[in-house]
Amino acid sequence: MSILINSETTFIVQGITGREAVNLTRENLDYGAKIVGGVTPGRAGRDVYGVQVYDCVRDITAKTRVDGSVVCVPPRFTRDAVFEALENGIKLIVVVTERIPRKEVAQMIELASLRGARIIGPNCLGIISPGEAKMGGVGGPAANTKTAYSKGSIGVMSRSGGMTTEIASTLTAAGMGQSTAVSIGGDAIIGTSYAELMPLFEADPQTKAIAIYSEPGGRMEAELAEWIQQHNSRLPIVAFMAGRFMDEMPGMRFGHAGTIVEGKADTTAEKIKRMKEAGIAVAERISDIPKMLQERLGEVK
Amino acid sequence: MRFYEYESKALFARHGLPLGQSGVADSAVHAREIAHRIGRPVVLKSQVLSGGRMKAGAVKFADTPDEAAQIYDEIFPIIVGGQKARSILVEEKSPIAQEYYAGVTWDGRRKLPVLIFSDMGGIDIEEVAEQHPDHVSKTHFSTILPVTPRIAKEAIAATGVTGGALNKLTPIVSKLIDIFLEYDLTLAEINPLVRLEDGRFVVLDGHVDMEAEARDQHAKLLKELGIGPEETRQARPPTDFEIRGAEVDASDHRGVAGNVVEFDGNLGLIIGAGGGSLTLFDAVRSQGGHPANYCEIGGNPSVNKTCELTKLVLSKPGVEKIAVMMNVVSNTRVDIVARGVIKGCIEAGKDPSETIAIFRIPGAWEEEGFKILAKHKVDYCDRSVSMYDAAGRAVAKMKSA
Repeated sequence: MSILINSETTFIVQGITGREAVNLTRENLDYGAKIVGGVTPGRAGRDVYGVQVYDCVRDITAKTRVDGSVVCVPPRFTRDAVFEALENGIKLIVVVTERIPRKEVAQMIELASLRGARIIGPNCLGIISPGEAKMGGVGGPAANTKTAYSKGSIGVMSRSGGMTTEIASTLTAAGMGQSTAVSIGGDAIIGTSYAELMPLFEADPQTKAIAIYSEPGGRMEAELAEWIQQHNSRLPIVAFMAGRFMDEMPGMRFGHAGTIVEGKADTTAEKIKRMKEAGIAVAERISDIPKMLQERLGEVK
Repeated sequence: MRFYEYESKALFARHGLPLGQSGVADSAVHAREIAHRIGRPVVLKSQVLSGGRMKAGAVKFADTPDEAAQIYDEIFPIIVGGQKARSILVEEKSPIAQEYYAGVTWDGRRKLPVLIFSDMGGIDIEEVAEQHPDHVSKTHFSTILPVTPRIAKEAIAATGVTGGALNKLTPIVSKLIDIFLEYDLTLAEINPLVRLEDGRFVVLDGHVDMEAEARDQHAKLLKELGIGPEETRQARPPTDFEIRGAEVDASDHRGVAGNVVEFDGNLGLIIGAGGGSLTLFDAVRSQGGHPANYCEIGGNPSVNKTCELTKLVLSKPGVEKIAVMMNVVSNTRVDIVARGVIKGCIEAGKDPSETIAIFRIPGAWEEEGFKILAKHKVDYCDRSVSMYDAAGRAVAKMKSA
């Protein structure tokens, strides 16, 4: 198994005729994804690498089962596109677009919650269950994706799309495959946090351990630490914390929109402390992650 | 993007929030004029994008216009939190009966906006929350439902406020929520919101932060408030080097090659992407290196854009070498970055093989990229060398140079 997506998952691409979406569609198809349609208003009747383009999401959902949607439209149209997917019953939405104001992100998440749906992102590269399917730009072209990702038992969660692949590539080189890797997004408010993915990994028999990439800013790591302490998780976790230099530079924004030290709880020092207290191992280097995971998996046996 | 107090108040005034009489002075003479017009004792407040004005002595009272002029000269030069004053706000001073706090911000965990209210305003709200939790309420509200006054009412009543005060505070606080949502703010705060001895409720001090992502949508407001697009309003003003970095990034819409932050070291960095840059900057420092800059490249920038960024970094005095490093890339092409940095070195009059201490960008189009690097005798490595070790190789070259 895996979480969120597998080889049977059907999805659509909203904004499919855009430059980035065209690439993403080809890369996902090459990796084996079941893309059952695309949407760009006014472009009905075209096709993108054999995927039919429609004006409305309902034109596709009326005909076939649609499990998910990758939303790849400019920031000012994103909320509308996500609402359209939600109101047509789609339950898993990957929002690739970055630079969406927080209010609109909150509105999407609130409606998703009312509709029993899940949003991954925004400002993310999506989801990959290696050997099964991918949904989003994660890993890039299929050939590159196959070099970096391999099927296995490590769940990966990352606030950085690029670092999702760096970690997977490091794990693969060490002979450790991945169950599912999720690029959760770099914004201050995102659809699904580490703690919200944990129950899914916990319930997935394929997943034996978790690797996490983390950054300064926000309270997501504290939330994860609390979740671990409350749920007696079976999964050993190794986290890497980037941006340690930012602790000395409060108020400065580096990297992703969500990455800013606004208070003590946002600092890497505080996050590392909380994660360690919850039993999460914190790696000093990305290259230490495989060994640390192996040690912890050894203890579990 | 933080607003000055006078800008925050100008925004509040547009929405009918009650404010004292005031004026923004840019000279002692001007301060005297404003105090004269107000015709009663005033408070003079330094306009800086930083807290701690009171402690720094940059907020003072004056009973007469002449005293206001004198205090202008006294507080204008004071540096608060590393910031120079932009101007001095001269505002009527009134006897206060009670101070309140009202703030609206985002709660990233609940993914909702939250209204924070306290009947113990005037001091740091986090301190109040720790020491007097029953005097602080936190009320989350929907971003989908219309904002109606019951949100503010519930928040205020939760701190024990009732009677006329509750009914007078409710519309003020409800308007603060409207302003927060309408202008895509990340913080809208009134501290203190006061009841004067004469019974009026007045916004004494306010603080507004707008989300950088929403600046374009609110261009009209920003223009009317006099906030130019060049004002980044970061924790410190941008250096010339950083402004030039932003120009490089704006010169071409394809990909990112910017977000430059200047540091005082000697190793130039061309690094990416978002998370990779944070990881690599830490790696250089923990290996004993001294970065000359932070930056980000990603999203497949053009050859020219990478070239211009390289030239900018190499133009910084004391920078003889650069390290070009990223996480495994999928979207950005290795060969295009390789061409860009080599071109940048050559155009800066430097030998790429001497100047590029290490090139560690594995991923899409790496074979083509590595061929170009080999041709120019640049030291490069693939993904078998970790980000940390690549940074170490660059730092070692700096030490032996």
